[in-house]
Amino acid sequence: MIATPRQNLPDSQRIVITGIGLTAPNGNDWKEFRESLLNGRSGVSDYEIRYVGKTLAGICDFDVKRYQSKKDARRGTRAGSVGVYSANEAVKHSGLDWENVDKSRVGIYVGVTEHGNVETENEIYELKGFDYDTQFWSHHHNPRTVANNPAGEVALNMGITGPHYTIGAACAAGNAGLIQGAQMLRLDECDVALAGGVSESIHTFGIFASFKSQGALASHADPTKASRPFDKQRNGIVVAEGGCLYVLERLGDAKRRGATIYGELVGYAINTDATDFVLPNPERQAECVQLALRRAGLAAEQIDIVSTHATGTGLGDIQECSALRSVFGDCTKTYVNNAKSFIGHAMGAAGALELAGNLAAFDDGVCHATINVDELDPECDLPGLVLNEPREIEKPKYVLNNSFGMLGINSVVIIERF
Amino acid sequence: MTPAEIRDEILDILEDIAPDEDLGDLKDEVAFREQLELDSMDFLDIVMELRKRHRVQVPEEDYGQLASMQSTVTYLTPLMKDLQKA
Repeated sequence: MIATPRQNLPDSQRIVITGIGLTAPNGNDWKEFRESLLNGRSGVSDYEIRYVGKTLAGICDFDVKRYQSKKDARRGTRAGSVGVYSANEAVKHSGLDWENVDKSRVGIYVGVTEHGNVETENEIYELKGFDYDTQFWSHHHNPRTVANNPAGEVALNMGITGPHYTIGAACAAGNAGLIQGAQMLRLDECDVALAGGVSESIHTFGIFASFKSQGALASHADPTKASRPFDKQRNGIVVAEGGCLYVLERLGDAKRRGATIYGELVGYAINTDATDFVLPNPERQAECVQLALRRAGLAAEQIDIVSTHATGTGLGDIQECSALRSVFGDCTKTYVNNAKSFIGHAMGAAGALELAGNLAAFDDGVCHATINVDELDPECDLPGLVLNEPREIEKPKYVLNNSFGMLGINSVVIIERF
Repeated sequence: MTPAEIRDEILDILEDIAPDEDLGDLKDEVAFREQLELDSMDFLDIVMELRKRHRVQVPEEDYGQLASMQSTVTYLTPLMKDLQKA
């Protein structure tokens, strides 16, 4: 429990971030991603996928072969490759003496919105060429589609023999992965947690087609303008791929090895709307934020940056703003931003990536913007919204990161500058 | 297909399933596993590709015949002799 103010917790119960590895549509490491966010550089471009045709997506161009053989990449999944890249980058960034780390004490906790759609669709597409005769169905189907695949591929690649699994949490998964990693460290199930989320979602036509049928797939003549949360002309979601995994450690361990600490997880919460398959519930969202604040021992006005979940849908953005207004409405020094406006919605990776995009503010004292707001929707007019241009703020101490998903799953994490 | 054409076809399949390997030095009489990093899933890939590309069925009891290039070509020659090279 982190109901106890963290100053009173022993170092063995305090969880810190000591490494960040990521690939986003506009950056293949933390620094590059941050530069893109500060310079208004979008990662959304034209894209085409079978059956749906021309659309838009946030596409990553990380070097798959940096950490994976061609054979492993072919045999595995895109989510696996994203995970392998992110995990290796995170470990490198952490400065851990990886060769001498006890791999049985490393845990892998990867949030996913979905897994298996891409691989199943590909296999059915192939099978169509054989008149649906299942003797041509690949023996790779099961290992590619088991729900633990993206985490298991990381384990195989890095020789990690501690626990590994994915956390299925719709678009709240990035935060959920992080929270799971922290909990497992507290329980002493591992000494190092690789935790966060991944998305291969741009490779399943089903996600695009389903959002389109729902009237929630973004379109715009200029791809870089398509993802526009809070703007009056927003018309839906831009699907993105990506990944972000953190190295988490107990504070005592991190101190002992002299690690650079990028922030401490001081509060978190996950709750459930229990009201609708798709529509968010601002009351439950606000309760989730309040619970995270309470556990961190913080008042709303102490939060410097709120990283919103907003995806650019008509109602979803309004609902989140309503939730945030009820918590932060009177705060004068709390700034609000959104990373999806740059990269689209990276699904299972979204929460983890969006948090990473804000953690650098602890060093540079800048709150990145939410871009593409030409005409602010009055219903999204939150105080402190950082529109279109980044803003220098007084040395921020707390970032609060929202990540919500279908079936009414809400997640919030709060990170303190260390 | 002639034995030489069958060999080329197997090489083509191997290039797909073992893309990191240099197949130029492959010794036909030595087991694949002694020269290449192939596991049971890779051998299933060879079986699947023969099925997909040529409708050639290799029953499980014959998988051992695919141990080396030489034994594979010997095994497949009667099964593929009437097929045309694509």
